[in-house]
Amino acid sequence: MSHETTHHEHQDDHAGHAVPLPLLAGIFLLLMVLTFVTVGVTSFDFGYRMNLMVAMAIALVKAVLVGLYFMHLRWDAPLNGFILVASLLFVTLFISFALMDTGAYNPVVEAAALRGATP
Amino acid sequence: MSTADAHAHDHAHDHDHPKHLAHHFETPAQQMESGKLGMWVFLATEILMFGGLFCAYAVYRANNPHVFLFAHRALDTTWGAINTAVLLASSFTMAWGVRAAQLGQKKLLIGLLVATMLGGAGFMLIKTVEYKAKWDKALWAGTTNAFYQEGGQLADPGEAKYAAAYIEHHGHAPADGGHGEGHGAGHGGGHGADHAAGHAAPPAASKIAPPAAAPAGLHADLLTNDRPVLSAGESMSTGIGAIQAAHRGSHYPAFTELDPLNTNRTHIFFQIYFVMTGLHGLHVMVGLGLIAWICYRAGGPMTRALLVPGLFAATGIYFVFLWWLVSGGGGWFPIAVLVAAVLSLLIGVLWGVLNVARVKADAEGEFGPGYYTPVDLVGLYWHLVDLIWIFLFPLLYLIH
Repeated sequence: MSHETTHHEHQDDHAGHAVPLPLLAGIFLLLMVLTFVTVGVTSFDFGYRMNLMVAMAIALVKAVLVGLYFMHLRWDAPLNGFILVASLLFVTLFISFALMDTGAYNPVVEAAALRGATP
Repeated sequence: MSTADAHAHDHAHDHDHPKHLAHHFETPAQQMESGKLGMWVFLATEILMFGGLFCAYAVYRANNPHVFLFAHRALDTTWGAINTAVLLASSFTMAWGVRAAQLGQKKLLIGLLVATMLGGAGFMLIKTVEYKAKWDKALWAGTTNAFYQEGGQLADPGEAKYAAAYIEHHGHAPADGGHGEGHGAGHGGGHGADHAAGHAAPPAASKIAPPAAAPAGLHADLLTNDRPVLSAGESMSTGIGAIQAAHRGSHYPAFTELDPLNTNRTHIFFQIYFVMTGLHGLHVMVGLGLIAWICYRAGGPMTRALLVPGLFAATGIYFVFLWWLVSGGGGWFPIAVLVAAVLSLLIGVLWGVLNVARVKADAEGEFGPGYYTPVDLVGLYWHLVDLIWIFLFPLLYLIH
C-alpha cells in the first residue's frame, strides 16, 4: 500500500451523519425480537395463504428496518431509496406476471399429465 | 471509490485536495454521494438477480404447494433461525463499523470488521453442517437426490422411501404436540451408506391424519376443471384447494399422500433450495473477502501483517471442521479436504511468522472522518446479503 510521508490536513472533514449507537443497538434488538416472532408465528395457523402473507409481512418489516437504519436510507438522499423501491417494484411485476401466466394454464397442463398425455 | 491511491499518485505538485479525492470530483462529499449511488444501482441488479430465483420459487410453490409442505421439513428450523440471528448480528457490527470509521475510531473499526467476518464465517459453518445433513440423507442436488425422477419413475425407490421417512419424522408438526424439532437419525457415514442401520422399519404412518377428501376426488376435479377456481385459501392449482380447505394449512402431507404429479416433482424443492441458498452462500463468501480487504486497508502494521495469513489459518480451521464432518465416508473427498486443511494451516502459520518478522512500522489505517466510503459501500453489500436471507429463511424453512 502507499507510504505517504505527507499528511493532509483535510483528513478530519465533516464525517457525514453517523448513526447513534443506541439507535443501532435498538434496531438490532428489534430485529432479533422479530426473528423470534417469525418462528413463533408458525405455531398459529391462519390458512395457507394467510400464513404466507404474515411471514412476508414480518420479513418486510425487518427489511424496512435494515434498509432505513443499517443501510442509512433514513438520512440519505432520496434517490438511493428510490432505486431500492424501484428494483423491488420490478421484481414484483416480474413475479406477478409469471404467477398469473402459470396459473392460467397450469390446470390444463396438470390435467393432461394426469391423463398420461405426452410429457 | 477513489483510485488515487491505487497507483503511486504522488502529491509533490501542489494539489490542495484531500488524499483520497479523485480529480473528477469537486468535494469529498460529492465523491461519497456518487459512490453510494453507484453501489445502490449495483444492489438493484443483485435484487433483480435473486428476484429471478424467487420467481422460480413462486411459480413452483404456487403450482405444487404440497411438495413444499412435504419436503421443507427436511430443513432444520433451529439452524436456520440461528443463521438468521448470526447474520443480523454481523449486520449490526458492520453498521457499527461504518460509524466507527466515520468517527475515526480505528481500533474499534478493525475489531468490528473482524467480528463481522466471524459472523459470516459462522454462517458458512452452519450452512456446512446443514448441507452435510442433506448429503447424508441422500437429499442432495440434481440426479443424486433421493426423489429424482426419470421417465416418470423414481430413480431409486428404496432411497426415496427412507428419505421420506426421515422428512416425515424430522420436521416440525404443530398439529402434533409431542414431536419436537430434533434432528432425525444422526449423521451416518457417507452418502446413503447406512440407511439399513438407521431405519429399521418402513415409513410409519404420518402422525397427521390423511385428508378426508380422497385423491380420487382430486383427480376427477383436475380432469374436469380446466380453469382454476380461486377463492381465499386456495392455491393456483385446481383441486389442491379442496385438500387445503379440509386441513387449513396445518396438514403436512406424508410422501404417500402426495398425488402422482407431486411425487414427480419433490426433488425440485431441493434443487430450488440448493440453488437459492448456494448462490446466497457464494455472496456471503464474496462479502467476507470484501470485508477482509477493507480490514486490511483500515489496519495498522500488525493488522496488515497478519490479515492474509490469518485468513489462510481460518480457512484451514474450516477445512479441519469439514474433514471432521466427512471423515467417516469413503472416497477422495475426505482426503482432499484434509490436504486442503493442512496446506492452509501451514501457509497461514508460516506466512504469519514471516510477516511479523518484517512488519513495516509506518503503515496506517486509511479510514477516518474524511474518507470512509469503502467501508460504507462494503457495508451496504453486506446488508443486502442479510436482507436476502431475511426473505429466504421464512420462505424455505417455515412453510405451513
